[in-house]
Amino acid sequence: MSADQLSAVFGALADPTRRAILARLTAGDATVGELSAPFSVSQPAISRHLKVLEQAGLISRSRHATARLSHLQAEPLREATAWLAGYREYWEESHDRLDALLRELQTQQDEDKQDKQVERPQ
Amino acid sequence: MTTTNKTAKTEILVEPGTQQIVMTRAFAAPRELVYRAFTDPELLVQWLGPSRMTMTIERHEMRDGGVWRYIHRDADGSEAAFHGVIHGEPSLEGGVVRTFEFEGFPGHVSMETLSLEERDGKTFMRTNSVFQSVEDRDGMVASGMESGVNEGMQKLDALLARLVAAR
Repeated sequence: MSADQLSAVFGALADPTRRAILARLTAGDATVGELSAPFSVSQPAISRHLKVLEQAGLISRSRHATARLSHLQAEPLREATAWLAGYREYWEESHDRLDALLRELQTQQDEDKQDKQVERPQ
Repeated sequence: MTTTNKTAKTEILVEPGTQQIVMTRAFAAPRELVYRAFTDPELLVQWLGPSRMTMTIERHEMRDGGVWRYIHRDADGSEAAFHGVIHGEPSLEGGVVRTFEFEGFPGHVSMETLSLEERDGKTFMRTNSVFQSVEDRDGMVASGMESGVNEGMQKLDALLARLVAAR
């Protein structure tokens, strides 16, 4: 996925209404009417959100009789998640190693202190 | 969006449509020690990057205007190098402010702020990376961290569960 596509996906996900639409579409295809029902937003506003999602490749739309159905396209979401997973993995592993190093350093410090106490004449 | 999994202790906040990545993590160690681990090259080389890569510190000038350059090398010899400049005098209180440039994606410079706060015997690390544009942020990470992407593949279900939760 190119950087442009990735930012289109992230841009589309930036809006809570659009995230809710995607969440609804995981349960199956839906019409504009069905998608706008849970919101206090007009159908034209929902249509605009659908256009953004479609441009990001997150949904596809088909005509079924007189209704236009929206369908979730999972692949770009999968790629966006993979993008984040790679970054997270890099830092997660680095920080786990730092955690271990800090434990080691503290143990050393404690041992040094104990050594000094032993050396000190009573 | 925030990414965490069951074992993840590092929290990464990548707000869609913004230019920054905020990362937080708590360490069970005093702040002085965590600061040393970030600023002492002998310690830094022991933890930064995945263990399958060798980390080389070419320059590490921890002062205002100082240059830093790190190289990660894979077992197959492939390299990823990063460099930048330190802004302001690094300190325990003020943290470290630096620029960051991945050499595989030249010209796309970000600014990073590291801050460390000590509370209840723990040190809370926070890094804020600000990129020149949303595209830069997404593109840098997509190209720079590619090697880990396949290994770290997460299930779509998990993302959708978060989407539902964020509703």
